[in-house]
Order: sequence, then C-alpha cells, then structure tokens
Amino acid sequence: MARRPEGPPPPPVVQRVRLRFAKRGRLRFLSHRDVARTFERGLRRAAVPMAYSAGFSPHPRISWVGAAPTGAASEAEYVELALAVEVEPARLQADLDAALPPGLDVVGVVVAEGIGLAERIDASRWVVRLPGVAEPELRDAVTELLRHEVVQVERATKDGRRRFDVRAAIVLAVCRAGNDTCAILELVVRHTTPAVRPDDVLTALGVVAGLRPSVPPEPTRLEQGRLRDDGTLADPLAPDRNDAGRLAGRSSA
Amino acid sequence: MSGQSLFARLEPLLPRVRRPVQYVGGEGNSIVKPWDAAVVRWALMYPDAYEVGLPNQGLQILYEILNEQPDVLAERTYSVWPDLEALLREHGLPQFTVDGHRSVRDFDVLGVSFSTELGYTNLLTALDLAGIPLQAERRGESDPLVVAGGHAAFNPEPIAGFVDAVVLGDGEQAVLGITEVIRGWKAAGAPGGRTELLGRLARRRLVYVPAFYDVTYRPDGRIQAVTANRDDVPTRPSKHTLSDLDAWPYPKAPLVPLAETVHERLSVEIFRGCTRGCRFCQAGMITRPVRERNIETVGAMVDAGLRATGFSEVGLLSLSSADHTEIGEIATGLADRYENEKVSLSLPSTRVDAFNVTLANEFSRNGRRSGLTFAPEGGSERLRKVINKMVGAEDLVRTVSTAYAHGWRQVKLYFMCGLPTETDQDVLEIADLAREVIRAGRRASGHRDIRCTVSIGGFVPKPHTPFQWVGQASHEVTDARLKLLRDTVRADKEIARAVGFRYHDGRPGIIEGLLARGDRRVGAVIERVWREGGRFDGWSEHFSFERWESACAAELEPLGVSLDWFTTRERDEREVLAWDHLDAGLDRDWLWADWQEALRGTELDDCRWTPCYDCGVCPTMGTDTQIGPTGRSLLPVVSVSAGSPVVTAAAVSVDGVDGVDIEAVPGGVEDGPAAGSRLRPAAVSSGTPA
Repeated sequence: MARRPEGPPPPPVVQRVRLRFAKRGRLRFLSHRDVARTFERGLRRAAVPMAYSAGFSPHPRISWVGAAPTGAASEAEYVELALAVEVEPARLQADLDAALPPGLDVVGVVVAEGIGLAERIDASRWVVRLPGVAEPELRDAVTELLRHEVVQVERATKDGRRRFDVRAAIVLAVCRAGNDTCAILELVVRHTTPAVRPDDVLTALGVVAGLRPSVPPEPTRLEQGRLRDDGTLADPLAPDRNDAGRLAGRSSA
Repeated sequence: MSGQSLFARLEPLLPRVRRPVQYVGGEGNSIVKPWDAAVVRWALMYPDAYEVGLPNQGLQILYEILNEQPDVLAERTYSVWPDLEALLREHGLPQFTVDGHRSVRDFDVLGVSFSTELGYTNLLTALDLAGIPLQAERRGESDPLVVAGGHAAFNPEPIAGFVDAVVLGDGEQAVLGITEVIRGWKAAGAPGGRTELLGRLARRRLVYVPAFYDVTYRPDGRIQAVTANRDDVPTRPSKHTLSDLDAWPYPKAPLVPLAETVHERLSVEIFRGCTRGCRFCQAGMITRPVRERNIETVGAMVDAGLRATGFSEVGLLSLSSADHTEIGEIATGLADRYENEKVSLSLPSTRVDAFNVTLANEFSRNGRRSGLTFAPEGGSERLRKVINKMVGAEDLVRTVSTAYAHGWRQVKLYFMCGLPTETDQDVLEIADLAREVIRAGRRASGHRDIRCTVSIGGFVPKPHTPFQWVGQASHEVTDARLKLLRDTVRADKEIARAVGFRYHDGRPGIIEGLLARGDRRVGAVIERVWREGGRFDGWSEHFSFERWESACAAELEPLGVSLDWFTTRERDEREVLAWDHLDAGLDRDWLWADWQEALRGTELDDCRWTPCYDCGVCPTMGTDTQIGPTGRSLLPVVSVSAGSPVVTAAAVSVDGVDGVDIEAVPGGVEDGPAAGSRLRPAAVSSGTPA
C-alpha cells in the first residue's frame, strides 16, 4: 500500500516576489547548485514564509532564471519566490541579505506583476577583465571575430560535449584598456541554447585570432533583460515596480 | 610577513581547478580573526578532501572552542586535490588555510584529526606543501608543532616520526590545555625551544610525545620494549575523557558550507561512547564510558543549530543512537516540534529491533520511507556471538517485517567479511538471511517488489580492541568468500533480482590493517609511498595496492618483517604491541579474556544495564557512565525571540571578545538578551587522572 503524506495540502501561494541579486568576489566560484543551496538555507535562516510543493519531500517553490557560470561574477542574477504569507519587499530584502554570506547580496526585491520573469530576459551584458592581455591585441582579435558570420566552439555541457556557434549570439563587443596589462571586453550576448558564455566568446577569439590569455579572464555579468533596438537592455523588474506604483494599497509602494 | 593572506595569488589558479569553491572559505559561521591580536594560533586540518572534511564534527568543535578564546585564532585547512597541488608547487604557494588563506607554516600548531589511517599520506603532502620538514626531528624553532588526534591516533606509531605530539581521546579540554601551555611558554620568551615546550606538554599529561619514547626490537622482529627516555614524562600517556557533555554543547554554530559536502545536515551528538561491547569496534572501545547529553541540551542544540545554519535535516549522532535513554521522547518531541517546518530527522547507527522501526516511523511522519539500515555485521548466529553483536535471525526478520508493514520499501543490511574464526559457511549464511528478509517483506507488504541491499565491508583488526591480536584475513580469502556469496545469491532465482550487493575488494583493507596495527618501522613505508605519488588513499581512484606492496617490500623486508607480518599474523598474549604504552583505559587482561570469550562464542552484556564487567576504563580514567533518563522534556519549545541558552552563549562569546575585531560570516548567531546560562568552558584541569 502506498503511503500518502498525512495532513492538509500545503498552503496556497499568496504572493510572488522577484529578486535581483549579485554574486561577487570569491563567491563567483559558486556553481548554480551551490548558489541554490546557499539561497535555500538563507531563506530558512531569514524565516522567509516560503510556499512549498506538495508530496513526500516538499521543496520551497523557487524559480531560477538563467545562472552565471561557475567562476563568473554577476551583478544581475534573478530569482522568483512563491510565498505562503505576504511580505514587505524591503523587509525581505534586508532580512535575506543579512542571512546570506557576504558576496551573495540581494540588491532588489519587487512583488511580481504581469508576465513571467523569463519572458523579460533574452540577453546579458558582460564585462570581462583580461589580465595579461594588451588592448590592441584584444581589439584585433575582436575585429577578426566580428568579421565572421559563424564561429563554432566546443564545450562540455550537462548534455555532453556540444559544438555550437558563438558569433550569432554576439550583439555587441567593445574593447577598452583597463591599464597597460589588462584589456577589458564588454559584450552584449543574446541568450541562445546552449547559452553563449563569456568563456565561449574567449574560446572563439582563440579559434579566429589565436588569443590565449595566460591568466584566467574575470567575467562579470552587469545586466540581464530584454534587448532593445539600440543594444541596451530593459530592466526586467521595471514593469513590476511600475505596476506596484500604480496599485494603491500595495505594501511594496 | 607572517600571517598574510595569500588569496590574491591563489585566486588566479582557482579557475583552473575542479570545484574551486572548496578553497575559498567564507562558509556560514566561519570566523577570521586578526592575526596580530592572537597569541596562540592553530591551524586545524582534516587530511582528506574538503567535501569529506568540512562536516567533520571533531574539527568543527575544536575550531569553535579555540576561537572563543580571546587571544587564540584557529583556522581550517584540508587536503588539496592533486590538480591544485600541482599548481601550488608550480607557483610556489604553500598549504593554506581556507579561512584567512594564510600559510600553514605561520601557525604555532598544526592539529591534524585522523578518522582513518588512510589519511597518512595526505599528512605528508600538507607538511611538504607547507614547507614543514616531514621528520619531526628536523623541525626548527619557526616550524609549527604538528599534533595528531582522532581515533586513528590511538596507535600513532606509524606516523610517530612525522608528528611532534599526539592527543589521545576527547579534544575539547586538551586543546585548551595545550593552548595554555603554549601561551605561558611564549610569554616567558620560549625558553628551551620546542623541546622544552614538548616537555611541558608531556609533563602536564596533555599529549604523548613519541620522541620521548624509545622502541627496541627482538631479533625475530617483535617489539622488545617501548620505554620513556626521560624520567619526567608518564610511562603510559593516557586518553582525555570529557565529562558532562551538557556543559560543552559544541558546535553551537556549525559551519554551513558553500560547496557540496558529504553530509548536508545539522549533526547533533546525543552521546559519546558505547558499551555494547562489539568486539570489532575500536570506536566503542576507545570512547568509553557512555556519556549522554540530556534531552534538554539536545533540544536546545537542535533548535539553535537549525536557526544558526538553515539546514533542513537533523542527524542525531552517536555510536548507537537508539541507545540514548530518552531517545523515544527526543524523537517524538522533535517530530512534534518540527512537524510543520519541513525539517527532516535522521538517526544513523541503529540496532536491529522493532523499537527502531517505531523511531524511524516517528522520524518520517510526513517523509518518504525509502530505506532503513540495519547492521547484523555477521552472517551466522555463531559468528555474531564471536563478535558480540547480539542479533538473532528471528529478531531481524521480525524487525524487517514491521518495517515493510509500515511502508518502508527497502532495507539495507551491513555485514563484515573476514571476521575472526569466519568460514565460507558463515558468509554464505548472509544469503540465507537476505532470503528470509525478502520473504518476510513480501509477506508483510503483500507484493513481490521488495528490495534488500546487502553491503559488505572487509574487517580490519584495530588496536585497543579484543581483536587486536588476531590475524587479519588476507584479501585473497576475503575476495574469494565475497565472490562465493555473490554467485550463490545470483544463482538463487527467488531472490537474485531482489538483492543488491555492494562490496569493495579486500586490498585497501590490508593497507588499512598495516597502518592500524603498524609500528614505527611502517613510517618509512608511508614516506616511500608518498614520494612515489601516494595521495588520497581512501579514494579508490587514487589508491594503489601495488605501490604499497612494493614499498613494504623495500622498507620492511630488510628488517625481517613484512606486510603479512603486520596484517595476517596472529599475535600471542605476551607480544608487546606497538600501542601497549598508550592508555585508552582498557585493561589489557580484560581485552585478552574477552578475545578468549570470543573464541568460545560467549556473549557479553552492556554494562549500562548489567553489572560492570571490569573493562577497566572507569577506575583507570576516574570516569563514570553518565546516562539518564532525566525525566525532563524536550518541550516547551524555546521561544524564537528570546534565544536559547546555547545561541545566547554563542553570541556572548563572539561579541564578548574585547578589542578584537572578528569577521563572523552571517549564519545566525543572533543578537539577543543574554538570558540563560553562559556556557564558558573552564580552563583545563592540570591533566587527566593518573
């Protein structure tokens, strides 16, 4: 006889909140699984009233959107939480931020309104520091990369080794000089499957121009959002903030 | 400059190694203190991978106790994987701590906790990377004291040449005592250098210093004698025993790893020691007597620990957790308290009886009932009498039937192979037991889809047990018996598909046996294996039996001894054993008598419920069994706002360090009114009783 969990079903979701958080400093070495685990423990420590899934092993209802790869820092990671009790976003932000380790920092919380978060994100803006690479060297390589229509690279993904095009995802690639020994590459990359990451772009620079940095580059995601025609990104939480502002009596106002 | 962070130089290497997160530190409840404010500085090492070492309770307890001292700093270090080891060597970087990323060589003490002998080669990697000479006798005044502890350190003779000192037994008071001695010695201007420091530690009966004892050998290779070479040190250094575990509720704020580790849960030790008397079990022998934490302390530690960590699973730890005198009340109390909080409870190390199924049901009220584990250890009734594991086949079948009737879907059974007096027939009876279990499960559940996993480990004779004299079964014998058992199960159509079979080959067990019962001559084998690339010997992908075998041939055979001599050879009563000069409290005559009883198949009852059987521990160590029931209750739940005494004490100790700026990573040490008792460890007394 199959057992069923006793007691009433889990309480319903009364509120969804969306968080923007940063992954900084040495915590850039967290994998997505590490981030998720650390987040879940932070939520428990901060006593955030999560809604849970039903069944024998209830899980807090957390929806992740994309995830910066292991080793990449980010100023713009997003997650949506389903709550069983309404909370005040500012309070949630403060409590959760205090419960997370320094380097995993909650930078914004809004009450979810309207369409899903995932539908508001189709591109990322990255900045990649390249210690040991001079700016002219990087500039030449980027120019060469942009001259191509297709640049195939290979990477191990969770579905095994995959070969895919990098070039089509690149919306923008700009070079700057950090100083004499560190070039800076700014990228806007469209989200494709598999996701083209900064390290894929660097692999591509190696393929087309033989650029092979001797020191590992340091990528940071600055923004995610809907790509506008001018190459800038729309803040994915802006519609929630605007809606919340229009609705009287919302605790988030 | 001493104590500087090396992180800026380490960071560029991290993208090039597997799972870099294990080297960055920053775990919840980790602590980085300013270097210059500390007088005594400890580096605490678990000589295995971070994922195994981080959850280790012993290290977490000492880390917290030491850091609570205002003028003491303790940081952690773990074995680096070979990929990072190569990069550290290439870039001239040393073994580092994960807290402050400081060079291990800058510390006053390197304390290494050995749960298993297979960590010895990793000790050498760490010493070498740290720039500390491997041989203790070559170390200078600027090198840390290398101090070993943990269960394996009850026979530290194989690593005697690599360590300066050894702590036997419970570490809580010992580390504070060692700290006090170092503090005084430093304040006096380090008179007499490290030899004098070691002398002070030995005189205070805090540690065993191998260099203060000489070993002589007989022409046939056996030990002639182990004698102190100075008259101011104990003839037999003895173990430390912590009394009153309720006064030491550590860890109060357990570490919350960022990386994935082997145990992702809050561990709360509900008692220490075990007097069940299983003759193979070294832990049960060397941790006597039984000392329980009472139900209130357990309740407070679980509550405080959950709030400090955010873990969603609690494990109640001990050597046989169902033996706690108030385990039923604890189980029901915790299940009630956390019913709506999505906290799961687990009870590792349980015996085979129906009561345990009731406990397991309590712990899984709303959870999945997937697997229950029981450990009959021996396949036949006869063999279970030899090892003193009192489980009848009918008990097992009855227990298992109860479990299946309550919705458990799978039962795991643990056995050992290679036990003293074991024959093929004893091992084949494991198949009979498995058949009975499957049949019982099918009857109780009403369907055929019943699974039973049989997990088998090779028996390794350990020091300070009644089996310390036995000849270990050769790996050929163990492997042949396991093959016979597997073939028998596979040929039995009734159960072949219902029984899962897990075992490892017997060869790592032989090396574990060498290191467990070896003497100082084995040190050269360890060093040779390490020089030839031996690392992470507890990991099958790194372990090389051939490397150990050839190192034994090279280092032992010229001395007239061998790998077999140390492992498969039976010792007689009079032979001087390498660890006889170390006092775990056990009366040697009792151990021998119990070994003879084993051969006669005579069982022995637990002294908690029957008269004392004179193992010797309590009178020798001046200790007593400390058990309940207290009649107290886990409830009422300590209110969240007021904070439990345990949490309050942790907050007091961290906040109360005057003038010292501590970076405590958020993890729930809450500010709150200082209600309840302050749990400050008293300074260590002047040594353990003689």
